[in-house]
Amino acid sequence: MKRILIIGATSAIAAACARLWAGEGASFFLVARHAEKLASLASDLDVRGASAVATFIMDANDTASHDAMLEQAFARELDIALIAHGTLSDQAACEQDAALTLREFTTNALSVIALLTELASRFERQRAGALAVITSVAGDRGRPGNYVYGAAKAAVSTFCEGLRARLFRSGVSLTDIRPGFVDTPMTRGLALPRLLTSAPETVARRIKSGVERKADVLYVPFFWFPIMALIRHLPRAIFKRMRL
Amino acid sequence: MSEGLLSWGAYPRLPQRAHDVDWRDELPDVLVSAAKARGTTLAYGEGRSYGDSCLADSGHVLTLRALDHFLFADWSNGILRAEAGVTLESILAAVIPHGWFLPVTPGTKYVSLGGAIANDVHGKNHHRRGTFGRHVRRLGLLRSDRGRVVASPETEPELFAATVGGLGLTGIIEWAEIQLSPIRSSQIDGISVRFGDLDEFFALSEELDAQHEFCVSWVDCVARGKKTGRGVYMAGNFAADGRRAVENRRRLTFPFTPPVSLVNACSLRAFNTLYWRKASSGRRRARMAYEPFFYPLDTLLKWNRIYGTGGFQQYQALIPESEARAGIHALLAAIAQSGVGSFLAVLKRCGDIASPGLLSFPRAGVTLALDFPQTRHLEPRLFSRLDAIVRAAGGRLYPAKDAHMRGEDFRRAYPLWEKIEALRDPLLLSRFWRRVNR
Ligand SMILES: Cc1cc2nc3c(=O)[nH]c(=O)nc-3n(C[C@H](O)[C@H](O)[C@H](O)COP(=O)(O)OP(=O)(O)OC[C@H]3O[C@@H](n4cnc5c(N)ncnc54)[C@H](O)[C@@H]3O)c2cc1C
Ligand SMILES: NC(=O)c1ccc[n+]([C@@H]2O[C@H](COP(=O)([O-])OP(=O)(O)OC[C@H]3O[C@@H](n4cnc5c(N)ncnc54)[C@H](OP(=O)(O)O)[C@@H]3O)[C@@H](O)[C@H]2O)c1
Repeated sequence: MKRILIIGATSAIAAACARLWAGEGASFFLVARHAEKLASLASDLDVRGASAVATFIMDANDTASHDAMLEQAFARELDIALIAHGTLSDQAACEQDAALTLREFTTNALSVIALLTELASRFERQRAGALAVITSVAGDRGRPGNYVYGAAKAAVSTFCEGLRARLFRSGVSLTDIRPGFVDTPMTRGLALPRLLTSAPETVARRIKSGVERKADVLYVPFFWFPIMALIRHLPRAIFKRMRL
Repeated sequence: MSEGLLSWGAYPRLPQRAHDVDWRDELPDVLVSAAKARGTTLAYGEGRSYGDSCLADSGHVLTLRALDHFLFADWSNGILRAEAGVTLESILAAVIPHGWFLPVTPGTKYVSLGGAIANDVHGKNHHRRGTFGRHVRRLGLLRSDRGRVVASPETEPELFAATVGGLGLTGIIEWAEIQLSPIRSSQIDGISVRFGDLDEFFALSEELDAQHEFCVSWVDCVARGKKTGRGVYMAGNFAADGRRAVENRRRLTFPFTPPVSLVNACSLRAFNTLYWRKASSGRRRARMAYEPFFYPLDTLLKWNRIYGTGGFQQYQALIPESEARAGIHALLAAIAQSGVGSFLAVLKRCGDIASPGLLSFPRAGVTLALDFPQTRHLEPRLFSRLDAIVRAAGGRLYPAKDAHMRGEDFRRAYPLWEKIEALRDPLLLSRFWRRVNR
């Protein structure tokens, strides 16, 4: 029976992963900022087969509360910790508002880096476990359409690259999950290309198996790997002229 | 993200704009904003209704797919509470391991809990268990005029009776609590028997319905003359022992929508003759998994596409017991003569267990259901004849399957419709309701 910590548990992608684990009888420590949503999710996982579900209300940007949360979560050893929270930054608004840009950075990068720092030491001490964090394909290259969000995700990915190598020696894995377009509340109202957009349930299956087999970087679905390879290798002279 | 939503029959082709609700606390706001453009809206479940009962008059629907959380389960007594967007498929996956099953299930598991209540669906065990609504203990409604209301047969009896089978008009169902049925095994001990005509069907039903919880028949809608009403009777009970497991069979998806229907007179005759011949003449018993028994059509996802871009209509009528033999015979004869119809025509005898719902479709009698590719001749040539037969027999059509019924016919068959109209939420209105109330 796996013991799993999820931060940003009410995210549609994270909840879909949790349901798969619940079906196998996992036990959960769920962290999110809205009590009512968290309660729905907790009862849902319970009915779907979770062996135990504990919850903790926390805003990820409130770094002062991280310690208390982790203290409770690690009352027993954990097998998996997944960080999922994030906000899709309003690029146009960020361009006009440095404070907003920094807030977006706090949510999508700084809070995640703070959590990873603490989680890493605890997992290192356990000398076992799988850490996972949802970044994005948007971090692979800064695009004019969403470089604030992309840069924050890229910061986490680069941070993970180094941290993974450090944790490797203690047998702890760190999976950097990079989804493409997923149909979730975050992307409601955006005109996403239908053929490239996946359901949360679909990406969840790949995330679950990737985290369990301790994958390093996981493009979800897989087809985003060649797409992003292509985008990364476009010559700058061309890239800067594109409206992406 | 979703492009315009249609009903299962894709006819009438009125693409609906979706207003997604992700969490219960957003529901009041989305209800108002979805109704803003044209005054009214309607909840849309999984869109498994064939005609226009799941289409909003305004073309703006509320989609509650993300409201799919289980809220509570009491495994010792088989009580389950869930949000309305939960599908019957996920309910089965959650409850079978604990030794429970849906008390009533329609022929597909891809319907939502809210949709199952709003159409008060029935299944192969109608003669034993009645409709789905009989097993609903209470439900949470959101109304634009009253806010949140909990309705049950005890607390808000009128609203409860209007909501079960209420076609989504009396409020948005947020959650419901249902009573499950116990099972020992998830396998079915089934029997199938071929019958040569309608009289044989009635004789079989007389003899075997009482011995089986689940009964349904396939009928060859092409057969004429003395063979009218020939088919295969299938019945079963949950096995008392054996495997208890959630099934996850591989599924195929029909990949595209052809420009014209692939169901036509030729393919129909060939299939039906083959299917009838394939069924053996004696009584065949077999143990089978619950999926092929309850949900044979669910193995091919999006099978509705075979009817082409023009879509199709289902005709489901119920003829009261006293007129059943003559009425069903007349319907089948008229259909066979027309040469159109479907591979899957279904005959089922309903029992006399009353539903709590005011507009519930089933009654004691026999129901016949089959699909027809949509053409402009369908209604004037065939459906008008069938409607006349149903009318003369004092029968009724199933709103969940309907796209053509005349207002007079609806109001005659469902005299309690005015009570629903009186309790209708002012912000909710379907195409169907507008059509039959004119
Ligand atoms: C292959 C197949 C087999 C079928 N077999 C049977 C059968 O054996 N017996 C039977 O009875 N039916 C059968 N049906 C019909 C189907 O069960 C019903 O149409 C069912 O109601 C569809 O549920 P849905 O979730 O798709 O709802 P939709 O079709 O999307 O909506 C149906 C109605 O429910 C309302 N509704 C949906 N959600 C809510 C909510 N949260 N609050 C308020 N109102 C809501 C809608 O407004 C609409 O009026 C079958 C359909 C198919 C495709
Ligand atoms: N959807 C996509 O196309 C896509 C693509 C690539 C990457 N991603 C990433 O995938 C992850 C999950 O997103 P999703 O698609 O599942 O969207 P989602 O359902 O909207 O989930 C986002 C979650 O983040 C939470 N959150 C935001 N700020 C928070 C904060 N300060 N503290 C705590 N929680 C906070 C939200 O909580 P509330 O509900 O309380 O607001 C919400 O549960 C995100 O990191 C996102 O960047 C998504």
